[in-house]
Amino acid sequence: MPENLFKINAKEYILPGTRACQGCGLSLAYRYTLKALRENTIVTMPACCLCVLQGIYPSTPVMIPALNNSFASTAASASGLVAGLQALNRTDITVMAIAGDGGTFDMGIQALSGAAERGTDFIYVCYDNEGYMNTGTQRSSATPLGALTSTTPIATKQQHKKDFLKIMEAHDIAYLATASPAYPIDLYDKFVKAKKIKGTRYIHLYIPCPPGWAYPPKDTVKMGRLAVETGIVPLFEVENGRFRFTGRSKTMAERGNRLPVINYLEKQGRFRKMNIEQLHQVQHWVDGKWQEYQRRSQE
Amino acid sequence: MSNVQIMTGNTAAAIGAKLSGVQVVAAYPITPQSQLAEILSQYIEGGEMKAEYVRVEGEHSALTVCISASTVGARVFTATSANGLLYMHEQLHWAAGSRLPIVMCCVNRGVGAPWTIFNDQQDSISQRDTGWIQIYCRNNQEILDTIIQSYRIAEEVYAPIMVCYDGFVLSHTMMPVDIPDPEKVREFIPPYQAHTILSPEDPRTLNAVLFPWRRANSAGVLCDGYMEMRYKLQAALERSPAVIQETSRHFAEVFGRNHGGLSWGYRVEDAELVMTGMGSLASEATQAADMLRDEGIKAGVVGIRVFRPFPAKNLKEAFCGAKGIVVFEKGISYGYEGALCSDLKAAFYRTENQAPVHGYIAGLGGRDVKARELADAARASWTEMQTGIVEKPTTWLNCYTG
Repeated sequence: MPENLFKINAKEYILPGTRACQGCGLSLAYRYTLKALRENTIVTMPACCLCVLQGIYPSTPVMIPALNNSFASTAASASGLVAGLQALNRTDITVMAIAGDGGTFDMGIQALSGAAERGTDFIYVCYDNEGYMNTGTQRSSATPLGALTSTTPIATKQQHKKDFLKIMEAHDIAYLATASPAYPIDLYDKFVKAKKIKGTRYIHLYIPCPPGWAYPPKDTVKMGRLAVETGIVPLFEVENGRFRFTGRSKTMAERGNRLPVINYLEKQGRFRKMNIEQLHQVQHWVDGKWQEYQRRSQE
Repeated sequence: MSNVQIMTGNTAAAIGAKLSGVQVVAAYPITPQSQLAEILSQYIEGGEMKAEYVRVEGEHSALTVCISASTVGARVFTATSANGLLYMHEQLHWAAGSRLPIVMCCVNRGVGAPWTIFNDQQDSISQRDTGWIQIYCRNNQEILDTIIQSYRIAEEVYAPIMVCYDGFVLSHTMMPVDIPDPEKVREFIPPYQAHTILSPEDPRTLNAVLFPWRRANSAGVLCDGYMEMRYKLQAALERSPAVIQETSRHFAEVFGRNHGGLSWGYRVEDAELVMTGMGSLASEATQAADMLRDEGIKAGVVGIRVFRPFPAKNLKEAFCGAKGIVVFEKGISYGYEGALCSDLKAAFYRTENQAPVHGYIAGLGGRDVKARELADAARASWTEMQTGIVEKPTTWLNCYTG
């Protein structure tokens, strides 16, 4: 373990003073993301939690160049950066587009699908906190079944989360991975790897959100771990079509010690209205997905 | 020396972009712009033009690609029409707010619903308040020349420019066009110097969130708030008429053609009845002026080339001798009147020129407008004006309104 920690780039690209909420899972993930990508990087993002984290003009705690663009445009904005840099013979720069689940699953899907189909040479990161958290916890198509949001305030969300990873995999992209800030070394390794690959790379970050999920800010890493340990969030990567579990999920797949989803759900206020029927539905849905992944890992 | 070829407006536009040293093109096909998107892809794939072509999945992304590529320092070009332009609307504001010298052709077409592929100017008129400079062309030579001029203007004032020309009437009509010498064009447009380059050497966050008030940076220097930034966009557009006129003058010096800077006149020196409009409709009105002159009416035309910034000062002079003004427009501000008609009346507020202004809406969705019909309308208005009818409701020309 210590040698693993030492390999992480010691330089910090986010100084103290971000505008993120207390216990923000994104600030943790973004810190390791930038450490892995290093200086020669340009980031583009839509209106989202990250553009708040980046600070209020004219100051920013982030030392990597960043371009804010409109909500639906993140991947197209990255395409523009890539084309502009190509035209100016500056192909050594890594371009990263990063957006939340609202800007990815919902409004940004067209631009992302277009950029991925064109094989645009960039890294797209979706940081998935399972709702429109920046605007006050409204439902998105990434919100899980049974969650209370400010637009599903009484009956809870009635549909399962959209399986966005399948959609991205269907684009036959160069690299696809999931990661969690609760497992920073696994996250770091995936970005280091993605940086070296050409073409469209997609990394899905599962981001626990204290105000949106209604749990104490000190428990962000605990929530991230429970999400993985219950199999709700599988850590994996797909390279040239080959699926591979990584980190904690790999050990879980080998040992078969997956925890029941209730261990994760019961700790978050957003699931307090969930009924027993919904609990079974979620467990069943997670079991199905997990088995599918396990099958693929054995191929 | 001259290199005259017969070509469509879309070809003229493509040659204009090629000669301007555009480095990134992003476009999504839409009638009547499609041919332009196709010709540029031919130039680039064939190696005739050294640029990146991003074949985007929609117009919103087309302008986004231009915005981001311009931000890293590339010269960019796009083109669209009608609903494609409306789909870009959010990014039109974004481009102007980011103060990027993007040049885009709007091949004017009526907007849905109901669907029409044919020409009017409702598309670009309804994007009037996005902070873009709008220039309307009246022939294919002017399209090519205006694109070249636009890069020089946009890169000096840091505001995006929409070069508008009428769908089919110009986009698909063959006309002789003199292709300027590439070397001279290179000299005419110096390389693009971005005001802020997004680069790892000097990391910054662009278009960051801001609070309503001005705010100090880490060095204690008070920086612009949203209103100051928006004021600077307005100031840039207010400054641009001088740049547009100077560019036109300089262009005429180098290439021997002057399309008129902010506006142009036809037989206006002694004109009492002045017809006005934008693009091909204004060009059509010159024939109407000839017909009216033959009948003994002292008619002339002022063509509005630049609609935003609105050249009020320049137009006050251009219309100073007019005793009656007739405005022909291919668009309307629904619930009131043609946008040009309103702007023109406002320009004369508390000036000596209190000539009556009659507004006509013509040619929506490609309905044919003949010079004879423009002459008839202008004559009718002129007669009414003589009998003291100063104001009258907007007339829909060639339209069954019964």
